[in-house]
Amino acid sequence: MLPIEVSDLKKNYGSLKAVDGISFSVKQGEVFGLLGPNGAGKTTTIEIMEGLRERDGGDVKILGLDPWKNGYDVHKKIGVIPQEFTFIEKTTPREAILYYADLFNVKCDPDQILKDVLLDEKTKTYFEDLSGGQKRKTGLALSLVNNPEILFLDEPTTGLDPNARRAIWEVIRNLKAKGKTIILTTHYLDEAQQLSDHVAIMDHGRIVAIGTVDEIIHQYGSGERLEIQGTEKLAEYIKANTELEVSYDHTRRTITIPLKKRIDALAALAAAEQSGMEWGEIQTREDSLDDVFIKLVSEPLGEQGETAIDSGKKRRR
Amino acid sequence: MISGKRIYSDFKVFSRGFLRNKFGLFFGLIFPVVLIVIFGAIFSGGGSGTTTVYAQNLDTGFGGQNLGNAFLAAMNESGTFQVVTVNITGDFGEYLADKSQSDGIAIPADFSQSYITGQQVNVTVYGNPASSSSGIITGYVNGYANYFNLQYYSNGSEPAKAIIGIQTASVNTQQNQYIDYLIPGLIGFSILTSPMFSLVNISSDYKKNKLFKQLSLTPLTKMEWLTSKILWYIVLTIAGFFLMYLVGTLAFNAHITLSPMLIPFLVLGPMLFASLGMLVGTVAKNPETAGIVGNIITFPMMFLAGTFFPISQMPEYLQTAAHVLPLFYVTEGLNNVMVYDNLGGALIDIAVLAVITIVVFVLAVKAFKWRED
Repeated sequence: MLPIEVSDLKKNYGSLKAVDGISFSVKQGEVFGLLGPNGAGKTTTIEIMEGLRERDGGDVKILGLDPWKNGYDVHKKIGVIPQEFTFIEKTTPREAILYYADLFNVKCDPDQILKDVLLDEKTKTYFEDLSGGQKRKTGLALSLVNNPEILFLDEPTTGLDPNARRAIWEVIRNLKAKGKTIILTTHYLDEAQQLSDHVAIMDHGRIVAIGTVDEIIHQYGSGERLEIQGTEKLAEYIKANTELEVSYDHTRRTITIPLKKRIDALAALAAAEQSGMEWGEIQTREDSLDDVFIKLVSEPLGEQGETAIDSGKKRRR
Repeated sequence: MISGKRIYSDFKVFSRGFLRNKFGLFFGLIFPVVLIVIFGAIFSGGGSGTTTVYAQNLDTGFGGQNLGNAFLAAMNESGTFQVVTVNITGDFGEYLADKSQSDGIAIPADFSQSYITGQQVNVTVYGNPASSSSGIITGYVNGYANYFNLQYYSNGSEPAKAIIGIQTASVNTQQNQYIDYLIPGLIGFSILTSPMFSLVNISSDYKKNKLFKQLSLTPLTKMEWLTSKILWYIVLTIAGFFLMYLVGTLAFNAHITLSPMLIPFLVLGPMLFASLGMLVGTVAKNPETAGIVGNIITFPMMFLAGTFFPISQMPEYLQTAAHVLPLFYVTEGLNNVMVYDNLGGALIDIAVLAVITIVVFVLAVKAFKWRED
């Protein structure tokens, strides 16, 4: 039995098919990333798995249990940080942990948990006075109180500054190292790439790609290509004088040549040199997860999604 | 299964949060005391306006004249009292005690006939001998009786003898000062406002920022959650009660009694209004709407249910209307116990209040959703 099994899951909000027949499973100790633009159905999917929402069709098993019908039992075995985690304002992280321990009727060492989530210096600050990152860490701490087998993290770093995001990543990696099974939704591609063993890209309620990041890039990406900064004239010259496929991007003033063999690059550069025309920077690159994501996700991204597609290395505009 | 441990643990977190928030503490405990001080100061010193005096006019009239009406009308014109004639035939003393009133005037059936035919007739003044207003009313009635007597002789030459006399009857109701009504009224006020506003606020906020969703992922049940809030407001209400009692009796010399009969009100009241607040907060779409709906329910109730002045001073139709307000039974009950010593009346209030409370509590728990579907 796998810890998470989802098959043909469906959920409608009126006429909107928020989740439209998705299937996947997650292995023990794995980090599984659900990627997708806003409104793709990630949160609905994760909330159905957590037993917070009822599904309209399909089957979901969390540790062998139906999360809606057996919510009470499922909740004892899972930990959750909802999107935009908040808590009772005038409560310190330490008190919050003790409160959860009472509710779950478990014994726990609050100091150890605070250490695990890298929050041990803020134990006496009220929740409302914590920074965004510290608030999420409090959420992580609470999700660990009942020593869960599975963790559901719904956009755990959305809205955080880069340092806070990296700190959360570190916590997630540590939890993975402890053998926890983790489901992560995110619209940050680098986050999925950094943390996940497997990812599923969702769009309009469907899974449009699933596998390891490498598998997805390999399957949907276009392979290695050469890019030369230059004029359209130069692009035409190269095309005329080689047997290569050449395309030109006016806005980026970039000539792109897909490389079937690496030696093709040499032919292209020789032709450029021969032309006597000026040319700038050259580079070879492969499709990143960003490129694949943009190819796969049909609609233009919303405001939030757009800024979120920065992979940290390159910016695409 | 309800777990006491979870309720206690939720209670602890909530009460600690409440005590750390000076705003809530101010409105829960200090604000009603401030109101006592303000209203107490405004109305102390006796300028309490006109007193209501109930009158029973049994006069059947004589020769087309009803002098009983004329007598009462003349008294009413003095402006010192508001004479309210009630249409009852039974024991007037009992009626007054029922109404928790001590002052009354009764005109006998043969009043007009006796006056016109020169027979001696007595007007009965009901009152509490211990109260100052009773003496004043007796004095006034005496004055008007003399005036009527003089009128009778002004056109004749017979030797004067008193035709209209006065007899007094004692009604065992204490005559109260404004502050005596104000203390139970404001206890009722704090029973209403503190849990109601707070729960409207919390429940709509928790819904909006998904705290309920989050709590639903723990073994805590919504019933336990609501119970712990109710328990906290009961504690707060009892603390506020003693504070107001002390300020009222020590600073303003209020004549109010403590009795175990008050406990049901101090328990049911917060339970009712916390549940009502919960219901409003849950049903409303967002915190803004919840706040508005909460105010629409709270403010008229506050003014019409006898918070700032005794309900008996309101027009009859408003008194009747007040019976649909849940707070009415709290305020009336507290008054019955603390001021009027009318324990039978208080028992009825407790019964009505218990029914309303259970209904609202059940509705709140039903309407309140942890999870979404």
